[in-house]
Amino acid sequence: MPKISRYIPIVGQGVIDELYFLGEKLEGRKIQNINSTAVGGGVAEILTRMVPLLKQIGVNACWDVIRGDEKFFTITKKFHNALHGVDIKISDDEYQYFLEVNRQNARDIESWGDVVFVHDPQPIALVEMKQRIKNKWAWRCHIDFTHPRSGIMNFLRSYIEQYDSAVFSAPAFSRDLRIPQVLITPSIDPLSDKNRNLSAKKIDSVLEKLGLEKSRPIVTQISRFDYLKDPMGVIKVYKSVKKYVDCQLVLAGGGATDDPEGMQVLQEVKDASVDDPDIHVFFLPPASDITINALQRASSVILQKSLREGFGLTVAEALWKGKPVIASAVGGIPLQIAHKYSGILTYSLEGTAYYLKQLLQDPGYASKLSANGREHIKNNFLITRHIRDYLLLFLSLYYRDDVVDL
Amino acid sequence: MIQPFYFKTRFHLVRLLTIKAKNPAELLAGIKIVPASSIYYHTHRFLRQHHYLSPEPPNDFAFWLTNILNLRELGELFAGIDTVSYRNMENLRAAFIKILEDYMTDHGSNVECAEAYKFHFMSCITFVLPTPYVANDPKEFVAILHKVSIDSLYFHIFEAKMRLERDENDFSAWFKDMGKVKTAAEVARIDPYTITLEGLRNKIIHIVSRNAED
Repeated sequence: MPKISRYIPIVGQGVIDELYFLGEKLEGRKIQNINSTAVGGGVAEILTRMVPLLKQIGVNACWDVIRGDEKFFTITKKFHNALHGVDIKISDDEYQYFLEVNRQNARDIESWGDVVFVHDPQPIALVEMKQRIKNKWAWRCHIDFTHPRSGIMNFLRSYIEQYDSAVFSAPAFSRDLRIPQVLITPSIDPLSDKNRNLSAKKIDSVLEKLGLEKSRPIVTQISRFDYLKDPMGVIKVYKSVKKYVDCQLVLAGGGATDDPEGMQVLQEVKDASVDDPDIHVFFLPPASDITINALQRASSVILQKSLREGFGLTVAEALWKGKPVIASAVGGIPLQIAHKYSGILTYSLEGTAYYLKQLLQDPGYASKLSANGREHIKNNFLITRHIRDYLLLFLSLYYRDDVVDL
Repeated sequence: MIQPFYFKTRFHLVRLLTIKAKNPAELLAGIKIVPASSIYYHTHRFLRQHHYLSPEPPNDFAFWLTNILNLRELGELFAGIDTVSYRNMENLRAAFIKILEDYMTDHGSNVECAEAYKFHFMSCITFVLPTPYVANDPKEFVAILHKVSIDSLYFHIFEAKMRLERDENDFSAWFKDMGKVKTAAEVARIDPYTITLEGLRNKIIHIVSRNAED
């Protein structure tokens, strides 16, 4: 994990000084993060980086992981699907078992923080301890909460409303709740393998390995192979632009090989590209962060033509690398792109093709958009801003007014 | 004895109000009931988040009316509102209400957007923090203004006047207190809504430096 000082050349000394100041204001308070997995998945990834950085700025932060058996995680997977709108039956026994596991974990936790920061639904019922401990509780929802099924939502609501605050990643995820709700958007880490600077030599070697030509424009979409990412739509866009601008298309992403739908999408994409050697489809194994980084940096334009999206952090990753981005106005993408200021938002294949042609043929305009985009990400979507928002959230639990003089 | 100028800075924690609008009538209903901090948030968010852009995007209401509902005339009326001339958020709220009511009298509220594009009302909690920087005279003030964060500049220009309802921005008030009336007036005259924050910083530095010997 990098030292916090390594972020100074990126965000400036002032930003880091402010984090130390906010950290001081939490002196004497223990911040306890709780989730359900120590490795794998986005939440563990965030906490792995966030908790050590919080400690470096003087915050007494810790991280506990609840335990559960296969049955428990099968139930929470059902929760996850139901929260994404899937019509799935969850029995009373399953709800009961979920609560029993939460209560057993509550008994096993030896000490509690002054602030308990619970991530996602798996440990949500730990909040039953609040009455006894008399501390502050915040619940962080990392998942798309746009279309939850009413059954699971009603069950979770009875626990969410026991918290002092709930945190969502996008405005559309907020629900009618009787507690304050806060918007904290995700972030990217500029020092991670996926985002750190790469040498031209490294980028060239990746291009060579993948059979891409540096001398012709590369249009890229990084996403798993999923109908909701509309890779077939991207191929249509490319084909309509290719008539006017000679370019290469890269569709690259990972996915689980045991996901039958993902494999089907991948096959369809390969079939659709078989007659065009300039369409490159890469099914990337896990730990391909540097390859993704190099592909983004080598691209002339990056697309994210998703039909639905959670937050869509691939957009932030591309903008951070100073690339012009054309993306669908779905999920958290409009928070990352102000149309025609820091990128292009589109609503159709035709619109995407129109703007792609424009950006490929007018590098001056593309470069202005990408410069604005990088600056926007620097100011609003780096991990340092994310840490600051968490510090403000923890502090907000101790104040009631709209203006707080620290 | 002139008091030194203590530079402060500020941060926002964004609150989700779960009030949404899909057409001008719902936007009007929302504007009428949200807290003043929400009006502040939606008319100032772009300034901070996109402070490097020129021209800067307009306020959130104007952006949504123009780009989502495609109501260009109404969007332009919202974008063209002279924010700096309003004393506080309640006055600004009243101006928005009048624009919308007048518009709906003539045009109704027939245009609607899809669920995914609804306007979400938000507000913010403002945290005010001290900085280590203190200016005792205009020369020190200029030296410090070169290096403070844009959040600090933002706090003393926008937040002080519009959110905390002070009569003028903090810089003008301090120059007035020390008898630098011309500097105070020139800084007060800048319309900070039509310039980037870096542009604003440079303009204030220029004014203060030019008038240093007055």
